[in-house]
Amino acid sequence: MAPGPGLTISIAEKRFPGTDTPLFADFRLDIAPGSVVATFGPSGVGKSTLLRLIAGIDHDFTGAISVDGIPAHQAPPSGFVFQDPRLLPWRTARDNIRAAAPTMSAETADLALAQVGLADHATAWPHRLSGGMQRRVALARAFATNPRLLLLDEPFISLDRALVDAMHQLLADRIATTGPTVIFASHNAAEVARLADRVITLAGRPATIAQDLTFPLPPARRDAATIEAYGRQLATGVPHAALD
Amino acid sequence: MAVSHRLFPTPVAVAHELFLLATQGPLLPDLGKTLLRATSAFVIAMILGTVLGIILGRRRWLDRLFSGWLLVGLNLPAIVVAIVFYIWLGLTELALITAVVINKVPLVITTIREGVRSFSADYDELATALRLSPMRRLRLITVPQLMPFILAAARTGLSLIWKIVLVFEVLGSDGGVGYRVSIQFQFFDITGILAYTTAFILVVLAFEYGLLRPLERKVLQWRPDPA
Repeated sequence: MAPGPGLTISIAEKRFPGTDTPLFADFRLDIAPGSVVATFGPSGVGKSTLLRLIAGIDHDFTGAISVDGIPAHQAPPSGFVFQDPRLLPWRTARDNIRAAAPTMSAETADLALAQVGLADHATAWPHRLSGGMQRRVALARAFATNPRLLLLDEPFISLDRALVDAMHQLLADRIATTGPTVIFASHNAAEVARLADRVITLAGRPATIAQDLTFPLPPARRDAATIEAYGRQLATGVPHAALD
Repeated sequence: MAVSHRLFPTPVAVAHELFLLATQGPLLPDLGKTLLRATSAFVIAMILGTVLGIILGRRRWLDRLFSGWLLVGLNLPAIVVAIVFYIWLGLTELALITAVVINKVPLVITTIREGVRSFSADYDELATALRLSPMRRLRLITVPQLMPFILAAARTGLSLIWKIVLVFEVLGSDGGVGYRVSIQFQFFDITGILAYTTAFILVVLAFEYGLLRPLERKVLQWRPDPA
C-alpha cells in the first residue's frame, strides 16, 4: 500500500475581491505523504479556503500548491467533501456516487452506500434523504474512487453522536486500509484529537499557523482519556471549539 | 332571438364536418403540412435559441452586446417578418419556416439565458473537484440544470409557433390549416372553420399530453412535489 501524496503549499497571497486584508499571505505548509492532518481554528479563518485551493477548485491566488510535485489543479481528483453535502438533486443516491466514478457499476455504488448505512436508499432522490443521510452519501462519493488524497471540510457536522462515531470509524478504517493523505477542516477538538496525526491551528488575518502539533500517539492507540486530553489541549485558545 | 344556423353550428354539425373533412376532404394533408412546418421551425428555433442562450448566459460581454438586438427581436411584429421574408424569398416553405424561426428564437434565447444565469456555482465547483470531462460536465451538471428552462421554452414556444404558422399560412402558402381556414373565411364557412380548429386543438392536446407532459414528468421526476 503506497501512502497518499505529499503536499507543498506556498501561498504568496490569497485575497477575496473587495477585501483589504488577504486571507493568506506568505503562507507555507508541507504535508507528509500518508499523513492525517487537521486544520483547526475558528470560523472564517481560512480552513475551507485552504482545502479548496488544494483541491484546485479555487486557483485565484498567487503562489503554488503541488500534490506530489504536480500543480494542484492538474493533480488527479481528490475525494472532496464540502461543508454542505452538495449532492446532485437530479441524480439518485446511487448515481451521485457514480458521478465521481464513471466506470463504477451500480452494485459497487450500492456497496459504497451500504458502508455508510444507506443500503436501502440507493434509488432515493436527494430531497427524500435527511441532512445526515445526504452527508453520508457525500462521504461515500468522496471514497468512491479510492482517492489518494482526501479533503474533508467539516464532514461530520449535523450528524448525531452515534453516526459521528460510526463515520469516524469508517474514516479510520479507510485510512488504515488504503493509506491516503487526509486533510480535514474541523472546529471540533475532540474529533481532531481522535482522527488526526497532526493539527495545524490557524489564527488571525492573514492566517498564520498558530500551532503545529503532532500528537505523540497514533490514532489507533489513543484511548478515551488520551483523546480528551488532546482535545482539551487543542480547544484552549480557539473560541467556540467543540469538545464533545 | 332568431339565430342563423349557418353562423352558429351545433357541436354535432361540427363533428360531422370534421369527420367528412378527415375522411373525404383535405384535412389530414393540411394538418400534415402545418405540423411539418411547425415542427421544423420548432426544432430549429429550439436548437438555435438554446445554443445562443447558453452563450449569452455565460458571456456577459456578448450579452451586453446583443441584449438590445434581442429586445428588438422580442418585439418585432411577426407579420412584418413574414411579409419581408415572403418578398425576399417568395411564397416558399423556406420563407415561412425562416420567418417563424426568427419570431421564436428570441424567446428561447431569453428563457435559456435566464436559466444559465440561475446556475448554481456550487455544482461547477463540484464538477471541478471531481475533474469531470467537458462532456460529463455537460451531461451531469449543465443539462439537468437547464432542463426546466428548456421545457418552459418548448411549451411557450410551441404555443407561439402554432399560432404564427397559421397566420403565415393565411398570408401566403399552398396548403395547411391556416390556408384552408382563409378559404373557408371567404365563404363564411363557420362549420368548416370550427372543424379545422377542433382538429388543430386535438393535435395540440395530443402534443401536450402525449409528449410534453410525459417528458416533463420523466425529466423532472427528481424535483420535490410542490406542497
